[in-house]
Amino acid sequence: MAQVKFTPNLRRFFPDLCDCAVEAATVADIIAAVDQRWRGLGDYIIDERGCLRKHVNIFVGDQLLQDKTGLSDSVAADTRVIIVQALSGG
Amino acid sequence: MHNKLLVGTRKGLLILARDGGEWEIESAHFEAIPVVYAMHDRRTGSLWASLDHGHWGGKLQRSQDGGASWQEVAAPKYPEGATCPPDFTTPATTSYIWIVEPGGADEPDRLYVGTEPGGLFISEDGGDSFQLVESLWNDPGNSQWFGGGRDYPGICAIQVDPRDSRHITVGISVGGVYVTEDGGESWQARNRGLYADYLPDPYAEIGQDPHIVLASPSNPDVLWQQNHCGLFRSSDAGRQWHDISDPTGLPGFGFALALDAQDEQVAWVAPAVSAEYRVPVERALVICRTDDGGRSWQSLRKGLPQQHCYDLVFRHGLDAQGDSLAFGTTAGNFYVSDDRGASWRCLVNNLAVVYSVRYM
Repeated sequence: MAQVKFTPNLRRFFPDLCDCAVEAATVADIIAAVDQRWRGLGDYIIDERGCLRKHVNIFVGDQLLQDKTGLSDSVAADTRVIIVQALSGG
Repeated sequence: MHNKLLVGTRKGLLILARDGGEWEIESAHFEAIPVVYAMHDRRTGSLWASLDHGHWGGKLQRSQDGGASWQEVAAPKYPEGATCPPDFTTPATTSYIWIVEPGGADEPDRLYVGTEPGGLFISEDGGDSFQLVESLWNDPGNSQWFGGGRDYPGICAIQVDPRDSRHITVGISVGGVYVTEDGGESWQARNRGLYADYLPDPYAEIGQDPHIVLASPSNPDVLWQQNHCGLFRSSDAGRQWHDISDPTGLPGFGFALALDAQDEQVAWVAPAVSAEYRVPVERALVICRTDDGGRSWQSLRKGLPQQHCYDLVFRHGLDAQGDSLAFGTTAGNFYVSDDRGASWRCLVNNLAVVYSVRYM
């Protein structure tokens, strides 16, 4: 099970958002799973083409997500996956 | 006397109210989130706000209790396979929600949403779901739409004819004015008489840049537009446009436009120097009004700063209702008038950039 953590900033829109364990082979699977649990959350992370939003980052273990258009990066068991907002100004 | 204003800013939505006295900020919503546009649907009483989260994408919010509480509704989504004009190599996604407008009074569940990269969306269920208006999106002229100031074209103006809800006029920036008379089954570009100094053929039918298009409520065949290259007016529903820029005065370049509800000859604009110099003329803030359909303009300055002023008024940042006007600026200043612009007073400074101002 991947261990999924979220930036606390997303709790503004999903107040009961919490770290969770997800059975997933890829990052795309993780987004689909968390969107099932928190309806609409997926739209905050990816666009309607399934691409990672421009100012969102995902770490798979210690590595930044490689496939930002398909989210096909594989997720090994017990990998920690962190969804964060990219730093941007203004 | 209307008593509420919706003010969309880069750092949230403000609702201003007045009860016989002066306007006051009654409430603030979506703190720190850019609110691109907010409007009151008079048919249903609902409030709508378009949000542009820097990180999380464009969202739509609806309030059915006058702003006391808000609910997010699913934002419009482009269908799979859609690609962005003009080169159609980039997958289309809703990158900005420019405007939300009600359908006609006889269709209370219908809403329209104008987006970047150029898609018009329609809802038939009060905003619970939206579908792309494919007939306009696939217009043969769409390879001549392009972005201006943003990456892709955007639908920034939607006008539904109060006499006939099937007659809809939209403005695409950059693309031009399009009109349907059959409820969106077919569309016609109506840009004759417009001028675009940035095009190889300045009089090309497609590729014009209407910053905003409004129809006179008392005669919806009278259209006005503040265009990138001047001010234009049509008295035949856009079939022929006439340049009403002031060749020796201020009205020409700008973004904002407001119309008188009762008199099709009256409009207000907020001029700036030019596309290259987006500052007030001689750094003095001014609103200009015509009372004769654009043949002449008068400058209204009383109460507005007349030196060292860098305020611009964005395309949805000026509104009129009766004798009252209100506008907000890029420098976070907010002005109102109760005498058709003859005099102004500053309600508040130090807001964030103001994107939209609409009376409720």
